[in-house]
Amino acid sequence: MSPEGIAARLPGRRGPGGASAAPGSTGFWSDARVERILGAVACLVLAVIVGMIVFVFSKAWPSFAANGLAWFGSGGDVDLQLEDIFNSPANPADYVYHLRAWPLLWGTFVVTAGAVLVGIVFSLFAAIFIVEFAPPRLNRVLEPVVRLLAAVPSVVYGLIGILVIVPWVGEHLIGLERRESVANVVQLDGSSVVVGILILTVMIVPIMIAIVVDALRAVPRSWTEGAAALGVNRWRVTWTIAVRTARPAIVAAAVLATARALGEAIMLSMVAGSASFAPNPIDGITFLFEPTRPLASALVENVEGLSVTPFGETLFAFAAVLLVSSMFLSLAGFVAKQPMRRYGVRP
Amino acid sequence: MTPPSVGLIRSLYVRFRPVGPEVVATAPRDSVGSWPLWDRVGYYAAWAAGLALIAIAGAIVVYMAYRGAQYFDLGLLFESPASSLNQATSGGFKDPILGTGLLLVMSTLIAAPLGVTIAVWLTEYGRPAGLARAVESAVEVVAGTPSIVLAMFGLVFFQQQWLGFLTFDAEGGAVLGRSFIAAASMMSLIALPLVVGATREALNSIPGHVREASYALGKTKAATIRRVLLPAARPGIGTGTALGMGRVAGDTAIVVVLLGATLQIQNGADGGVFGLFRGTGSTLTSYVYYNSPAGEGLAPEKAYFAAFVLLAFVIVLNLAVSRLARRGGEGWTR
Repeated sequence: MSPEGIAARLPGRRGPGGASAAPGSTGFWSDARVERILGAVACLVLAVIVGMIVFVFSKAWPSFAANGLAWFGSGGDVDLQLEDIFNSPANPADYVYHLRAWPLLWGTFVVTAGAVLVGIVFSLFAAIFIVEFAPPRLNRVLEPVVRLLAAVPSVVYGLIGILVIVPWVGEHLIGLERRESVANVVQLDGSSVVVGILILTVMIVPIMIAIVVDALRAVPRSWTEGAAALGVNRWRVTWTIAVRTARPAIVAAAVLATARALGEAIMLSMVAGSASFAPNPIDGITFLFEPTRPLASALVENVEGLSVTPFGETLFAFAAVLLVSSMFLSLAGFVAKQPMRRYGVRP
Repeated sequence: MTPPSVGLIRSLYVRFRPVGPEVVATAPRDSVGSWPLWDRVGYYAAWAAGLALIAIAGAIVVYMAYRGAQYFDLGLLFESPASSLNQATSGGFKDPILGTGLLLVMSTLIAAPLGVTIAVWLTEYGRPAGLARAVESAVEVVAGTPSIVLAMFGLVFFQQQWLGFLTFDAEGGAVLGRSFIAAASMMSLIALPLVVGATREALNSIPGHVREASYALGKTKAATIRRVLLPAARPGIGTGTALGMGRVAGDTAIVVVLLGATLQIQNGADGGVFGLFRGTGSTLTSYVYYNSPAGEGLAPEKAYFAAFVLLAFVIVLNLAVSRLARRGGEGWTR
């Protein structure tokens, strides 16, 4: 670089010709101004996000206000109630808001809890395998595999589910007897809780594996080596030292995966959501084959009616429930990771 | 075919030869076989989980590739979709591919600068601390918000009369709140946390003495950010952006809600590029959704092929991410 060029880049100095000041020198881009501009952009985004939260809640309020706490209770068929709300009279005074959202909430809970429980066990073992036992050659395959599973769009999962797994379950796993046992309550056609849980597990497992693997790798080597030096076998070292240290990260993984599972809409509406039905655990195994429709899927299925005022407000009430849950969960995930920091282990 | 070599036979013998008691006595103590039962169960469960992971991913890719090859028809890529019940005349998915591309470009153009700006402000300035904490947690909240909630917010937001010039105009002056602009701005909120996260990580991994060296040469903080820190953080920014693009390409809910249910790209009234931005259309994800039994499209073979194209795109993006991530590990940023 020529001396003139260097001079042009020094602050407080102008290059030959005066006007060609390099960006970053004391011209327009002075330090104070840059800080203010960057801060203003950050505040703008903050305002949009806060505005979104406030907006969703203000839109949702009429539905909660009209139903009170019974909103979360059970009673009647949600699909019919939604239909009534959609067809309510045009006069604002006569708007229908009656809704008992329990089947949707229960469906969300069953599918999410099922997927997270199966997923946490599976991903714990997979993470142990990746960190501790996998031969290097296999590990080179496993990393892209996990990343791929995380990246497959949910609509592709849904497509495979609805075209391959749902028909297969409907034909081979649901016998005539099982179909008749609940025929007067709900129709079993293969789109079911169990398929939803299965595919949702595959979708959330990569996040959990990533978090648990990071935590297991962060466990200080001297701790595990100390145990190994005492003659403990490799599995027990991993299980009693590494996994126990990483426990907060496992909790965090479960929590963050729950947030992801709650928001999954498209895939579940394709493979599980043929009706807003609350699967009944009393039915035994049949319970797994009953359809259900989680909150997020109910939003996707009904979103065309958003412009009908009371119906739109009801949908925003669903959205508000999802938003509160996911905010709470990301907070909980943050808190759950703290104990590991206290040990000086950064997950 | 040559007969099995002596070497192979010998190695088989070595592996499966009858083991006498004297060999057991000299076996290393820490072989899996000598572990207690539950330790062995755990060990094999870990192997099973790892192999199952590979099997699942392999099954998905192989199955989609098989279906994609089965319904392979290059013409579909260059043909606009048409609304027809007869699958022979319902066209291909040129418009969804263009829509995906347009949406990717637009939302990246919004999300990447915003995300980098926020990350730089958070790591390099971050004053006042309370405001920085608020921005940080707001980004966290968006990362956890279901995309369908973002989509609903976007729809109602863009339905306001004074924003009508940004969205597709319906007959009679009603504002439907649907357009590429609306979809891209909400999509950018999905990509934003990924860009912010990756950029912050990259900036944090730059050692403090690099900044100090720059100040010692007389550079201002602004110049240091622009000339030293941002170039060093480029792989991180690239990783975050590519991850964000993956999320944008794969999201369906926002497209279904905010881009409208039209399969063809429909320009807004005022023509030109802005008319295109105001127009509605579809993407590969919404095309797959509408052609699957869930969207009543009942054209599984087209849905399969479109899903295959989408999956191939996502895999390519993934490869780019791992290449960028590997490059990010080099140099003095470690």
